[in-house]
Amino acid sequence: MKTTRRDFIKISSMGVGGLALSASPVLGWVPGFLKIDDVIPDDSKVKRTPTYCEICFWKCAGWTYTDEKGKILKIVGNDDDQHSNGRFCPRGTGGVGMYNDEDRLKTPLIREEKDGKQYFREASWDEALDLISKRLTEIGEEYTRECIALFTHGSGGKFLGNVLKAFGSGSISAPSYAQCKGPREVAFIATYGKGLSSPEPTDIRNTRCLVLIGSHIGENMHNGQVQEMSEAIDNGATIITVDPRYSTAASKSKYWLPIKPATDIALLLAWMNVIIKEELYDKEYIEKYTFGFEQLKNHVKNKTPEWAYGITTIKPDVIRKTAREMAGAAPAAIVHPGRHTTWYGDDTQRLRAVAVLNALLGSWGRKGGFYMSEKLHLKNMNTPEYPKMKHTWRDAHPGKYMLADLALASGICDATIPSVDRECSYKAWIVNGSNLLTTIPNRKNTIEAINNLEFMVVIDTMPAEITGYADVVLPECTYLERYDMLRTSKHRKPSVALRMPAVEPKYNSKPDWWIAKQLAEKLGLGDYVPYNDITELLDWQLKQIGSSLEEMQKIGVKNIDREYNDLYILQGEEHEFNTNTGKIELYATSFQQEGFDPLPNYTAHPEPLPGFYRLNYGRAPMHTFGRTTNNPNLTDLMDENKLWVNPKVAKEWDLSNNQEVWLENQDGVVSTFPIKVRITERIGKHSVYLVHGFGRFDKRLKRSYGKGLDDSELITNVMVDPIMGGTGMRGNFVTFITEDPKLKLVGNKARKRNKSGNSAKINNKQA
Amino acid sequence: MRYAMAIDTKKCVGCSDCVVACQTENNIPIGYSRDWITETVEGIYPGLHLEIRSERCNHCENTPCVRTCPTGASHIIEGGIVKVNHEECIGCGACIQSCPYDARYSHPEGYVDKCTFCDHRINNGQDPACVSVCPTHCMYFGDLDDPNSEISKIVSARKVKVLAPEAGTKPQIFYLV
Ligand code: SF4
Ligand code: SF4
Ligand code: SF4
Repeated sequence: MKTTRRDFIKISSMGVGGLALSASPVLGWVPGFLKIDDVIPDDSKVKRTPTYCEICFWKCAGWTYTDEKGKILKIVGNDDDQHSNGRFCPRGTGGVGMYNDEDRLKTPLIREEKDGKQYFREASWDEALDLISKRLTEIGEEYTRECIALFTHGSGGKFLGNVLKAFGSGSISAPSYAQCKGPREVAFIATYGKGLSSPEPTDIRNTRCLVLIGSHIGENMHNGQVQEMSEAIDNGATIITVDPRYSTAASKSKYWLPIKPATDIALLLAWMNVIIKEELYDKEYIEKYTFGFEQLKNHVKNKTPEWAYGITTIKPDVIRKTAREMAGAAPAAIVHPGRHTTWYGDDTQRLRAVAVLNALLGSWGRKGGFYMSEKLHLKNMNTPEYPKMKHTWRDAHPGKYMLADLALASGICDATIPSVDRECSYKAWIVNGSNLLTTIPNRKNTIEAINNLEFMVVIDTMPAEITGYADVVLPECTYLERYDMLRTSKHRKPSVALRMPAVEPKYNSKPDWWIAKQLAEKLGLGDYVPYNDITELLDWQLKQIGSSLEEMQKIGVKNIDREYNDLYILQGEEHEFNTNTGKIELYATSFQQEGFDPLPNYTAHPEPLPGFYRLNYGRAPMHTFGRTTNNPNLTDLMDENKLWVNPKVAKEWDLSNNQEVWLENQDGVVSTFPIKVRITERIGKHSVYLVHGFGRFDKRLKRSYGKGLDDSELITNVMVDPIMGGTGMRGNFVTFITEDPKLKLVGNKARKRNKSGNSAKINNKQA
Repeated sequence: MRYAMAIDTKKCVGCSDCVVACQTENNIPIGYSRDWITETVEGIYPGLHLEIRSERCNHCENTPCVRTCPTGASHIIEGGIVKVNHEECIGCGACIQSCPYDARYSHPEGYVDKCTFCDHRINNGQDPACVSVCPTHCMYFGDLDDPNSEISKIVSARKVKVLAPEAGTKPQIFYLV
């Protein structure tokens, strides 16, 4: 059979896009053949400047190549970088599209009203910043400065956060905590006294057994991890994937366990049961480093594979076989903690089960398990002390979420809606690179919060939906056009990486450091930003560690020798963990003190009603959620999401491939846009699946507006984790609507006017 | 000298980095590409098999595209690389019709374009752009005539397949399965 690209597009999944011969404009394409070397000869007209990527949080370091006219040619990895090992992922490779995107925010905007109609007017930076400083000061005087919050995601947030702290508020949050990795951080802190943060210190390249439960490596392009999983495959490691969907990782696995959704804790407990009963755990490790083994043993005594079979639908012999497989590989075994962990509201407990299982395998601190990462700590220039704050975000939720180690974006959002039992609510938001309407679930609630604000500033590169609600919009330049803080994230070796501009900022956009500095000065807080240009700060910081800006501009990345102990905990080594008992807490005393189960329990979660399917969402390797769906290069790889539907379900509903359907959730919320159906065996009968980040609804996003469906608008049932406030989002169920619901509305109206039997028939069909 | 590529389907995750890297390296306008990803799913849930392949011109040994080219623009160079001379190409598309892999496309400038094995890079001792960027290191490139090359070793050690062998084109892209 002839393979054709065009045929393929019809069947292609969201994960693997064929290239559509799209109608998108030809961008920045210069005829002719350019020869570019990775190592550039001295006389070359082609220049390379160091950067670290900002398309996702992995922050790979690399090089941006520009020609003599200042056109960006390509972006490639830096060989010395531990995050990328010299290879960028598709998003990083296509990062130039973020710079070229003609829909970018171009100049500051101020909301105005005329004849009852609101609109944005273009403004100068001075005018916009004056207004912000005036409004923040007024709000601070009328209420308190602590009622101003910052939401941020990305490198620039640090600068803005420092200004806010100097101004007198510490409410700084990122949806990447309570909407994503928070539960796992709290669970690992409770167990090992240490969170995982980013990049996770999983020693995948040396592992003998990798267990993925709620982790989709390959569809998530967490670069270093994808690379290491591939290395592990080469080394013959066993991969065990637990997923109701036949994910890319599942297809690379020796064992795929198609678990019934929402039952993972039962499987994890049964694995512990087998490992303890068959005495497969690391006895010396348990004895020396852990606390609460007897309680755990007692706790899982009855959690047999037979018990779990009834809950998870995974056969007892498969549970036993996989438990033995991981124990056989231990301590070079990893039960991967995953990243997006906010599913059902008992997520901290599920991640506790993951943490405890790893401890039974003795994998924490061991080769092929979790390594001990190290971070470089840079000095900061002297600044005055921040004012003491009387209130924090916690005061808005008295007695709740005490174990959360960071501020909750959703918690601040909730505390913006006035309530009788709260003295003061948030009155102003500064939102940076964080599209809260799609990152925080329950959009109605978020909009209600916004409507209660007195003032909102949004700083972004793109007209993301949230910008439409702002009073002032500030255009930030992209990472390719700016300096930023030095990257010092932890890894096997401490390191530092430089981001510097490859090109001048386009349009009238500015870097965050500059915005923050101007704002600080206008607020009378100039002393907190003790430099005129950020290069002074960077050079000063680098000189403290024996390098310089000049050196870093040439090399981009510098790895430094480890200061502390080995990469692993040595056999028999004394090791103190930062927990109440100084040990790895199988039995979490911190949970017990707060009145939570010190050992994880399985609880049943609601199941879909007949005709409804669990709404499952995930990632595609070429996109970072909504951040990239308007990027011309990446949209070219995948320009819409599709709805995965099992063939049996499709038959029941008479759906065909590429048919457009709308989705309605359990609360009667109907999707704004339709989505094309993709009939595939890769998903079971009880759920549907789509990639998050599509269905953009701001018309200014010309390439992505209305393409595909936005799962987040259907997430209205939010199960809040009582331990740390994470927002569980996997308990939403949807059904199909096959006719345009807007026509249905018209039909309903017609029916009201004219009670004819005909339109009642339409209605019946859709009910 | 016989240049060839091998791609390990056990490691490829279908991320499309090879596609976007080729586009930026070779200045391919948005909306067009020299390489692409194909996915095949077999079986019924939960007894499934998935194969993901990064595909491009096979630099066939037996080349219908070169044979059908009326101007001689399509030609074969050192190492068996099949190329199109853009200046000589009249854009008639005869080669596009004859290629069993749909590996060629009409460039908006009026000529036909396809994968070159990044000969501008290999002449400098570098891997093709797609190979050099692939985050799973699942692509191998080199000289099949050299028994000590990495590609010769991996192709002889592993089970391999080529696409559409029945077309008789003798493809030089090998899929490790
Ligand atoms: S993983 Fe990809 S998107 Fe993320 S920082 Fe690295 S290159 Fe950029
Ligand atoms: S870059 Fe590598 S892993 Fe990604 S699709 Fe291409 S061949 Fe596969
Ligand atoms: S070898 Fe070069 S031209 Fe061919 S697909 Fe790879 S990157 Fe593109």
